[in-house]
Amino acid sequence: MTAETLEAPPAAVPTATPPHPWRELWRDFAKNRGAVGGLALIVAIMLLAVFAELVAPHDPNLTNNAAFLRPPVWQAGGSWSFPLGTDAIGRDMLSRLIHGARLSLAIGVAVVALAIAVGIALGLVSGFAGGVTDILIMRAMDILLTLPSLLLAIVVVAILGPGLMNAMLAVAVVLLPHYVRLTRAAVIAERGRDYVTAARVSGAGSLRLMLSEILPNCAAPLIVQASLGVSTAILDAAALGFLGLGAQPPSPEWGTMLADAREFVLRAWWVVTFPGLMILMVVLAFNLVGDGLRDALDPKLKR
Amino acid sequence: MLRFALTRLGLVVPTLVGITFLAFFLIRLVPGDPIETMAGERGIDPARHAELRRTYGFDRPLYVQYGVYLERLLHGDLGRSIATSEPVASEFATLFPATIELAVAAILFALLIGIPAGIVAAIRRNSILDQGVMGISLAGYSMPIFWWGLLLILLFSVQLGWTPVSGRISVQYFVEPVTGFLLIDTLLSDEKGAFGSALAHLVLPTIVLGTVPLAVIARMTRSAMLEVLGEDYIRTARAKGLPPGRVIGLHALRNALIPVVTVIGLQVGVLFTGAILTETIFSWPGVGKWLIEAISRRDYPVLQGGILLIGIVVMSVNLLVDLTYGLINPRIRHVR
Repeated sequence: MTAETLEAPPAAVPTATPPHPWRELWRDFAKNRGAVGGLALIVAIMLLAVFAELVAPHDPNLTNNAAFLRPPVWQAGGSWSFPLGTDAIGRDMLSRLIHGARLSLAIGVAVVALAIAVGIALGLVSGFAGGVTDILIMRAMDILLTLPSLLLAIVVVAILGPGLMNAMLAVAVVLLPHYVRLTRAAVIAERGRDYVTAARVSGAGSLRLMLSEILPNCAAPLIVQASLGVSTAILDAAALGFLGLGAQPPSPEWGTMLADAREFVLRAWWVVTFPGLMILMVVLAFNLVGDGLRDALDPKLKR
Repeated sequence: MLRFALTRLGLVVPTLVGITFLAFFLIRLVPGDPIETMAGERGIDPARHAELRRTYGFDRPLYVQYGVYLERLLHGDLGRSIATSEPVASEFATLFPATIELAVAAILFALLIGIPAGIVAAIRRNSILDQGVMGISLAGYSMPIFWWGLLLILLFSVQLGWTPVSGRISVQYFVEPVTGFLLIDTLLSDEKGAFGSALAHLVLPTIVLGTVPLAVIARMTRSAMLEVLGEDYIRTARAKGLPPGRVIGLHALRNALIPVVTVIGLQVGVLFTGAILTETIFSWPGVGKWLIEAISRRDYPVLQGGILLIGIVVMSVNLLVDLTYGLINPRIRHVR
């Protein structure tokens, strides 16, 4: 966001070869403090998710009759055995939040992976084939874009029934049009270039042209959209969970936890506050990284 | 301009047909038989089942069913709600003003704060103020609004007791619905205090629903302003010795607002998504809450009709925005 007006100092050793693209990307990315902070947060939460069993003090689904709605440790009545308090049936909040991280990250990555895979395929076909195929695909995407995102997800869940997997599919459908459009636009921009003609003349088939010539050159906008897509996916899946259409209790998915906590909003602020705070932090982190990537990858902003 | 309008209108038709497809197939894609699904776990005896299949026309070929569905649509018949037996169209018409009232309040809130914040951030670029505005708007953009609503209730309704927790107006008031917009209806009626009650109920939902648009508008205004401020005509205006307020307010803002207007149009879909969540949290009797309840009751006619109507509303608003944009900015007419 804070655009750099100063050029980076020239590299210490003047070399004839430009820096490796990844190194250059990292150099531009690292200039953005917010983006690096976001990345650090994502890495931290990822570690928590991977080692959830080791880090979490309790089983996330273990109920404790002796400890209903215990406040966090710093409040009167709190104790170190439940650092962030317990919920209405005595489950440890901290453990549930840690295990929830696993779910949310998995949701974000899986949904975006699915949407990208299908989106790239449809976009490549649409951009290459043109004609009726293109029109059909793009009109279908327009319809998906016309409906408000959550409403569309609700339609999909209404057809498939509530549940985590179906909610993930629904969110993937919501994200799909963006990737199709991006890929198609990039394909149309690239397919007339000389290097593509050269590859075609030297006998490359359509599939090869699509996948190994054109696709790598459309990667930048797709990468940016992917990191922003993860935050949308996590947010929308949590919203579906909150509405009772996503992950079902007793799953420690953060949105589902919030739905459970709603009725205790008057008595126990912590059961409401922490799950939402986690969602906000993770979504914010992915948005920061997305912004940072866009600034680093967009040649127009590099100047 | 006519040519542009006609082309743009032509694009609407396939989308509209597509949405009717989606609404039509929604009920038929549900695994199992729609009648069994509606009957639920109680089950249904075979004779009644066959009779219902005939009544609803499920025994006829799909294309005939679709034809019948379209014909009914064109007559304004969206079917009846299973839960209330009321026509879906009239239920929608009763609830829709509540959603509109909330959405308009939210977008006004977003504009009144977002545009000034964006301007200030652009003028004081890279200052603490700019970073603050951008930081807050990024947080707003990332906000899970269903949680945000609960937090605000926790703070303002529970701790401070300033605002009511849910609903549109306190129960002691009865206001004759004239327009369906409570702020107007309460002014028309002679109930004392009803307007204040309606307004107090509107505050928190407005903030919750307006948060994401506010963040988007602030960011958009800032970047549009920054772009415009770098233009030659701004330098000319400054060189002429115009006071800074005039340069910003008259020369820069006018041009910066063009992309902002487009973004506002695009927020309509976002507002509907937000309305579903906001209405659920605050028990706001609008179409969002209605749809969510329809899902849990498996009231498919309501879902079908609701999706179609909301799709049409969003599409019309987008169309209107595009046409207005074409009217304001002649360049856009000749693209395509």
